[in-house]
Amino acid sequence: MEFAFTEEHEELRQTVRRFLEGKSDEQAVRALMATERGYSEEVWRQMAEQMALQAMIVPEQYGGAGFGPVELSIVLEEMGRTLLCAPYLSTAVLAVNALLAVGSESAQADILPGIAAGETVATVAFVDAGGGWEIDDVQTRATADGAAWRLTGRKAYVLDGHVADVLLVVARAADGVGLFRVEPNASGLRRDLTPTLDLTRKLASIELDGVAATRVDAGGDGAAALRKAVALTAVALAAEQVGGAQKCLELSTEYAKTRLQFGRPIGSFQAIKHRCADMLVAVEFAKSAAYHAAFRAAESDDEAEILAAAHLAKSFCSDAYFDVTNETIQVHGGMGFTWEHPAHLYFKRAKSSAVLFGDPLEHREKLAEHLGL
Amino acid sequence: MAHIEMSEQELRERTRALLEASNPDRVDQYTFRGVQYDHGLAWVHFPEGYGGLGLNPKMQAVVNDELRKNAKTFYEDLNINPIGIGMGAPVVLTHGTDEMKKTLLRRIFTGEDIWCQLFSEPGAGSDVAGLSSRAVRDGDDWVVNGQKVWTTLAHISRWGMLVTRTNPDVPKHLGMSYFLLDMKAPGVEVLPLYQITGEAEFNEVFLNDVRIPHERMLGDEGDGWKVAITTLMNERTALGGGSGRRGGGPVGVLQALWKQNAERHSGASRAVLRDKITQLAIKSELLRLTSHRARAASKAGNPGPEGSVGKLAQAELYKKVWECSLDVLGADALVYEPGYELRRPEAEERRDHLLYAKYQFLRSRANSIEGGTSEIMRNILGERVLGLPGEPRVDKDVAWKDVPRGG
Repeated sequence: MEFAFTEEHEELRQTVRRFLEGKSDEQAVRALMATERGYSEEVWRQMAEQMALQAMIVPEQYGGAGFGPVELSIVLEEMGRTLLCAPYLSTAVLAVNALLAVGSESAQADILPGIAAGETVATVAFVDAGGGWEIDDVQTRATADGAAWRLTGRKAYVLDGHVADVLLVVARAADGVGLFRVEPNASGLRRDLTPTLDLTRKLASIELDGVAATRVDAGGDGAAALRKAVALTAVALAAEQVGGAQKCLELSTEYAKTRLQFGRPIGSFQAIKHRCADMLVAVEFAKSAAYHAAFRAAESDDEAEILAAAHLAKSFCSDAYFDVTNETIQVHGGMGFTWEHPAHLYFKRAKSSAVLFGDPLEHREKLAEHLGL
Repeated sequence: MAHIEMSEQELRERTRALLEASNPDRVDQYTFRGVQYDHGLAWVHFPEGYGGLGLNPKMQAVVNDELRKNAKTFYEDLNINPIGIGMGAPVVLTHGTDEMKKTLLRRIFTGEDIWCQLFSEPGAGSDVAGLSSRAVRDGDDWVVNGQKVWTTLAHISRWGMLVTRTNPDVPKHLGMSYFLLDMKAPGVEVLPLYQITGEAEFNEVFLNDVRIPHERMLGDEGDGWKVAITTLMNERTALGGGSGRRGGGPVGVLQALWKQNAERHSGASRAVLRDKITQLAIKSELLRLTSHRARAASKAGNPGPEGSVGKLAQAELYKKVWECSLDVLGADALVYEPGYELRRPEAEERRDHLLYAKYQFLRSRANSIEGGTSEIMRNILGERVLGLPGEPRVDKDVAWKDVPRGG
């Protein structure tokens, strides 16, 4: 398989980069991460109006751009570079992927246009408190109540769950795992902002005590389809990790060229230079992993191959991003340990991204099964 | 060099004409490749009369394709005369006299004359330019003394490409010259260099008062480094890459061994090993994908850093893959079935996965040393790709003879 980004892809990358350099510089990131909301409604609106970024993978019939995983990955990579604080992963990636995977036609028609227009913040409450991203772990129950449903359970690590207008909840019904929508102000629903390791990505916990819900999937057991939706989201997140890792490599290299100790730039010492060279290898491998997974998801019909490429990308890019941010702190010395320097923002983002949607070990476990090991 | 245009069609016809004149299934290697050379189909980018037609080098693939299609026997250049064809012929074409081109090039291609490269020395590994073998002018000859090491094929070579010091009074890069050495000349002694596997893939070459006529100097006196540097670059490019198909190469052997030996391990150690193998499978796949990406980028005319990381990544990865292979074997790693009989390796030795893994566990130690150590590769990535400053150089503007050196 070729990794052939087209000229249009490069143009998209440059356009998004210019936009984010203007709207999501370090100062903006620091200001937003200190707020409870966690993002700027104005920038969110501009992202939609000027760039149609929320519309990337929404089908054209629902007002979207109809792009696929490759174009989405380019956008995420650029967002990862600047640590954009916005409910993008939750709304434009996870919720859209989930709705496209299992959503009924009416639910798609109902929700997707608002997402594409930047009017809706949506998320999927997937993980049960104490559980993980394994679909079999889902314990939250959905019971039929006439034509409606009632949900009971506790959800954790819900991306932007404290601000989402559209709350989609993965719950277990008698006929299997399904996707349900609850109103954010429904009675019996409680949502709390979680104090997070990574301030640039907000999470919430959600308690559901017999909350009225509508079923938005097309019926039947959605486990396999939701698993794929999570995998596609992980592919996008891998691209975000690549963007952050590349940025950290640049920060480290730049610092190593200009920081003088013992009368010479520290980058002239092999101890530092070789760390940077190893970071470069990690970043290049991570790019291969993330791009390959995106192209696979876009071009292959083989579900197992798409999942395998996703597991590979999410596990490798997670480790690579973490290693690179860890080395970035070390190369920057004492400066890298300060609050003032952005190294810790990337370091924390790297760790939180490694855990979201399954940590490297879990993804390798699944890849090992795929390889028959 | 401007290339002559020729249609693929015409080149295929010329190749078929060659096969009518001589068929590799019926005559020996030297005869057939001699005729191939005379038809200008040896290396099509060389000039007419020297085994080529002045075409774009990419056109050689057309010739090889036609040869493979129409005859059972196909000779891979790498098996015939790797150093002669890869480095010897280009250096003779660029720097040799007409006489040398006439007498040497055809025999390089046929494999009648095997060539070797005499660069590394015991005291000059990564710092090849610091080498200390010496050539002193004596009338029309140069008299050479010194020792070379890690010389592949020297024991069967007719010619050697020798870089040696002709002027110790200038900084190291400026004081070397490049010679064609007659490996049969008096004073050239080749000894096998037994390595970690017990085999001798390489040689030591001792040079004692060896006389080389002045006209066998390639390039000018003092230009040896410049002439040599291009061939070193080729070596590094040739060593990067990654295996062609997914799950192939070393990690394929590791996975096969795991399937045969997983039962040896239980509980936590089995889980740990399995994860380790998965990590190595991931990196192997990424090595392969990264070299795909590098090829695509250079085809598109903008080669990036993806092309430079291959050598370092591959060396470090392959060592770990073979280490893990022995972990998979458990206590059976205590056994080395073939024993350490000191000998020359056969051209094509067949080993099953088990023996191959044990052999490679030892052989792969050289991966991070040969063709540029991993430390040198990291310097190159740091300095040429990332633009980090070089180390302060203590030997740069100093006469070679005044630079401190060990043995």
